[in-house]
Parts: sequence; C-alpha cells; structure tokens
Amino acid sequence: MNKVTNIVLGGLGGQGVLTASDILADVVFRAGYDVKKSELHGMSQRGGSVSSDVRYGPVVHSPMVPLGEADFLLVLEPTQVDVNKPVLRPEGVLIPPDVIPPDGLKNKKSFNVAMLGALSAFLDIPESIWLDAIHARLAAKLHRLNDEAFAYGRQAARARFHLS
Amino acid sequence: MKPEKQLLNGDEAVALAALHAGVSLGTGYPGTPSTEILETFDHLGGKAQWSPNEKVALEVGLGVAFAGGRALVTMKHVGLNVAADPFFTATYTDVDGGLVLVSADDPGMASSQNEQDNRHYARAAVAPMLEPCDSQQAYDYTLAAFEISGRWKIPVILRLTTRVCHSKTLVSPRSDVAQPAAPDFKRNVPSRVMIPAYAKPAHHRLRIKMAEIAAWNDAEGFNQRIDNGKSLGIISSGIAAVHAMEAAPEASHLVIGMTYPLPIETIRKFADGVERLVVVEEGDPVLFESLLAAGIPAEGKPEMYRFGELNVQRVRRILAGDTTPEPVPPKGKPPELCQGCSHRDVFEVLRDMDCIVSGDIGCYTLGMLPPFSAMDTCVCMGASIGVGLGMRHTLPADQARRVVSVIGDSTFVHSGITGLAEMVYNPPETGHVVVILDNGTTAMTGQQEHPGTGRTLNHDPTGKISFEALGKAMGIQNVLTLDRFTDGHRLEAVLKDLLAKPETSLVVVRQPCVLAAPKIRFYEKAAIEKMNQACAAMPAE
Ligand SMILES: Cc1ncc(C[n+]2csc(CCOP(=O)(O)OP(=O)(O)O)c2C)c(N)n1
Ligand code: SF4
Repeated sequence: MNKVTNIVLGGLGGQGVLTASDILADVVFRAGYDVKKSELHGMSQRGGSVSSDVRYGPVVHSPMVPLGEADFLLVLEPTQVDVNKPVLRPEGVLIPPDVIPPDGLKNKKSFNVAMLGALSAFLDIPESIWLDAIHARLAAKLHRLNDEAFAYGRQAARARFHLS
Repeated sequence: MKPEKQLLNGDEAVALAALHAGVSLGTGYPGTPSTEILETFDHLGGKAQWSPNEKVALEVGLGVAFAGGRALVTMKHVGLNVAADPFFTATYTDVDGGLVLVSADDPGMASSQNEQDNRHYARAAVAPMLEPCDSQQAYDYTLAAFEISGRWKIPVILRLTTRVCHSKTLVSPRSDVAQPAAPDFKRNVPSRVMIPAYAKPAHHRLRIKMAEIAAWNDAEGFNQRIDNGKSLGIISSGIAAVHAMEAAPEASHLVIGMTYPLPIETIRKFADGVERLVVVEEGDPVLFESLLAAGIPAEGKPEMYRFGELNVQRVRRILAGDTTPEPVPPKGKPPELCQGCSHRDVFEVLRDMDCIVSGDIGCYTLGMLPPFSAMDTCVCMGASIGVGLGMRHTLPADQARRVVSVIGDSTFVHSGITGLAEMVYNPPETGHVVVILDNGTTAMTGQQEHPGTGRTLNHDPTGKISFEALGKAMGIQNVLTLDRFTDGHRLEAVLKDLLAKPETSLVVVRQPCVLAAPKIRFYEKAAIEKMNQACAAMPAE
C-alpha cells in the first residue's frame, strides 16, 4: 500500500487532543511507517479549539492534512464537529465524542485514550503496539486506567460501526 | 552502534543537534514557536538560560562565541527585532567558537502579533541562513550551521517556521559529530572592537566571507534536486518544499537548504533545464525577487498567497494560477482567560472605570475580548508604557487622566524598565499610572521563569528582581503592591486615587497564574528543602 493515511484529531484545549495525537504518531512510528504529525497549539491552555494532524504511509511529504482529504476525523468535543468537518473526505469516517457513552468511563481524564481505542478498531495495527505507545507516554500509575479506557473505546466503536 | 531513529518536533531536533554539537550555552527568550528548543536542551542535559530579552540573549551568546565556545541563541521572529542591534554588528566580527541564532517565524500568526518574514534579516545583516523543511533537516542543518559558523567565523541564522517547530517527523541522529576545541581566549582586537577604523575592513572581510560561502553553497550546499521531466520546475525552501512535492509529484524540484547566500549557479542550471519555472515560497517574494535580480526568469505567486501559511491545496492553486477566493474554514473557538485567572478582576475594574488602557502582550491581551473589552492598544512587548505616556502627553486632561499602562511581569522585565525611565524623566502633566500584572510566570508561552520569579530556566533558585524596589530606586512617586488575595478589592479605590494625582505611579498586582500556581508551590518547597540540606551539610565552626 503506498497511500498515505490521514487522521485529524480535534477538540478544545485541555482535553488531551495533543497527548492523543502524540500517542497515535508513536503508534504508527512503532508500526514501521513514515509519519508526520502537525498541530496548532498557540494558546490551547486557555480553552480554544485545538486540532492535530497525523499522516502515515511509506513516504509522507507535507505534515498537514489537505482540506477534504482526511480518512478519519476524531472529535473529542461536540461543538468541534462542524469546525473540523471540512477536512474529512466524502467517504471519510467521523468518530464523534458520543461514540463513548458518557458514563462508560471510570475517569473522564482517560477520555482521549478511549477515543484512540475507538480509532484503533479501524486501523490494522496490533493492539500491543497501541498499549506500548500509551504506556510510553503516560505515567505508570495511569496505565491500568488507560488500558481499560482504550479497550472500552475499541469495543464501543466496534459495536457502533458494526466492525468485526 | 547506530543511533536509533526518533520521532521529534523541529524544536526538539534542534536541541538534540545542539547537544551533539557540544554547545556550551543556550540562551534565548521564550516565544512561540521557539520556546521548546531551550527547554528540551536543558532536559537533555545541556546548559540553557532564559535571558531578560532577546538582545541580551544574543549578547551573551556572542560572548560565548568570542570565548571560543559554541552558542545557540533562540527566539521567535519578532525577537530578532529586539536583538537586531547586536546582530547587525556581530556579523562584522569574527566569532571564534560558533554562533547559531534560531529565528522561529510564524507565517499565518498562530500566536504572534505580525507575520514578518525574517529571511530579509539574512540579507540585511549579512548572515548565512539555513531553512529546514522537517525535523531531520532541523537536526542536520543545526550541525551544519555550527560547522559553517566555525569555519567562516560568522553568525549563522537557522530559520524555522511554526510548522517545522511544531511538527513531529522522524530523525536519525548522527554518531560522528566533531566536537569543538575547548574554549580559550584569543585576543583579536581588530576583529572584535568595532570602531570605524576596524569596522570598515571588517565589512569588506564579511563580503569576502559571503562570496566564499556562496561558492561553497553552489559546490556542496544542501540543494536537493529531483528531476522529473522538463515541463514544470519548482524552486522552494523550508516547509513550502514538502507542500510542493506533494502538490506536484510530476514536476522537477529544486529545494534549497541555504537560502542566503543563494546557490545561484545551481538555480540557473535547474532553470535552464525546465520550460516553466515556478518559485513556491511562504511569505514575501524573497526568493522570487532574488532570481529576477540574477536574470533568471521565473514565475512567482499571486499576491494573495503572501498572506498566511502555505499548504498543499494553496500550492496547487499557485501552480494553477488560481486567484478565485479561497474557501473560508469554519471559525474555531477562540481562547479566553482561564476561569479564576488573576487578570480577570483587573480588567473588570479597568472596564468599569472606563479607563483608556495602553496594553501589552501576554495572556492578559485577552482582556481586550468581551466581557472585558478593556484594552485599547497592543503593539509589541513593552510598548504599553511608552504608548501610554504618548497619549497622556497629547490627550485633553480629562481624557489623559483615564490612561493606564498595563504590562505583564515577564514583559516588564523584557522591555518595560526603559519605559519607566521615560516616565520618570519626561512625566506627563497629568502624571501616569503603570500596572504590572505579576502572576509569577511567563504564562503566555507555557510558564517559563524570568528574572522577576527568582528561579532559573530549570526552576532552581537564583537572584530575584523586586519591581517595587526598582520603581522606588528609579524615583517613581507612588509605588504600591496589591496582593490580590488580601487586598484585591482595593484595586478600584487605589486606581481612582492615583489617576486623580498628577504624579507618577507604579502598582504591582500580585497573584500567581492559576495554571502555574501548583508548580510554583512545588519549586518553592524544593528550594527550601535544598537550602536545608545545604545548611545541614555545612561543617560547624
Ligand atoms: C520580542 C518578543 N519576544 C517574545 C514574544 C512572545 N511573548 C509574547 S508575550 C510574552 C510574555 C508574556 O508573559 P507575561 O508578560 O508575564 O504575561 P502573562 O502571559 O504571564 O500574562 C512572550 C514571551 C513576543 N511577542 N515578542
Ligand atoms: S494561563 Fe494563567 S495567566 Fe494565562 S489565562 Fe490562564 S490563569 Fe490567566
């Protein structure tokens, strides 16, 4: 496959969008792809819109996903769906925040990792690589909580999108 | 052993290269998107310091290089305006060790007050400039910049842009980097004391150095040529190059690594081999005009693409000559002052008192937004004081008495102190009021220390400047402190009183940034523990 896969993550500052995109970029790096990850995070600590692009394949040139060319759009905050939608290609997959039922998580802080779990259901990358990347990025005491969130999100997406 | 590949952003790649290049000191002043370079350099074990501003950072770096060490000096694009004075003469001198200045430009203004194109500085100050397009090149070009700086004894600019700084791409580090000689002072008065008698020959020497570097750039510079047929040739540099390669894979490409001085013969050869030649560059038409000046016929881009960042779809439009209006992406949610932010109450008071607010740059610039709408000017760091004074001198007295200058603590140290000197020296008839919003950190850029916090870049305790003592020593008539926890409610009364007086006043409003407060408490505790340990370890007399 010599096609580049384009993934965009969107949300608000403080939601862990950039942590999630860091983990995702590390996942595809560990899976052996060329990868570029881009983000705009000027003043994200003050609650504005944040988005991050992750692109991978055999060779990636630009770090930014061109408008209308995203294969997957992962949105962590309902108000940010419309803001980010133009980036998605017509047959692209939107993974909205309500893919994770509101009370399905033990701790809301692992919502970003649960969303990665949902994304993982679509990508042909071994689960162990995802968990390695999550563990590499987060403190040890958070591993169990996030492993569970990841599994929960993966399962939720499989059910929602009827994936095997 | 071959070092492993890493996934790094451009800033981290520069820091890693600086470590491998044996940089003795990294200096700079925070500014998006450059801030993480020195923070990473420190994390990796390098020695890094925040200076009060970019001018001082460059001067310290120049001293390092005069002493035979390698210096890395980092700043955002507008920082080079502040550092321009030493920079324009530093290029005349012979730097011994190595001096690399990182200018992190922000086309599109993700987090800046303008989108100036610092490629103009390379030509104006006569310094070689390297422009990486990704983290691997950021790493490689940082190493190369030190080699070039050492070989020609010249400061070198590494120009990054927001997308290069903040994009992560793969980097293969090198294991064979030559280390600089140990620092050692060599007296060389004619090449370092820039009086006219020495500066005149120094200017000639500089031009000779540049001619040599241009020849080197043609012969063995970092020019990447991809031949794909004759019908279309694209010349680009930096991030524009990767957009161009994706937008036009069928074209021939010449990507230039060192964009000043240009490898003009390499460009001419490439131009001769293609039927249509297009220059794809972000920002001003700098490359395009250089080609025209060299008599190389090329197409530039329509004026509308001077503004903002380039991306793949914009490059496609440039190549198609498309000047129809571009699609406007939906507006995201703008940032706002955090809940509980200490700046909030201050702007409520300024709004309710209908003050004319001469503002400055930092988180508190968000005080211009509703519900506060309490800032009337914001130009560059430190301008609040001078601009406020100018308005005081000029407005009718009833309006002049409403003017207040508002400045953050880091900004005050950066370039507010000379404003206070102006206020004491040329006081307006109605007096003036300067408010320092001291939240104990440089919040805007991610909570860096500064000389007013009393902690170094890596949060160890060090000397601390007292703004109140400084104001008093400078001869300001009223110097007051308001701790927002205990006497925040008095702000309105205090301001009313001071605005009515034809005197000079400095009010320091103090409360830690709510996001930084837990860390500040942690650093303070760590400092006390360290001191106690040191005391316990002291031998009894
Ligand atoms: C010459 C220059 N250097 C750096 C910057 C980036 N910058 C803007 S404001 C600022 C400092 C903000 O800190 P402070 O004044 O303490 O206000 P706070 O954000 O903490 O409210 C910095 C580093 C700039 N705009 N111009
Ligand atoms: S980061 Fe700190 S200074 Fe900036 S808005 Fe938030 S609380 Fe205020």
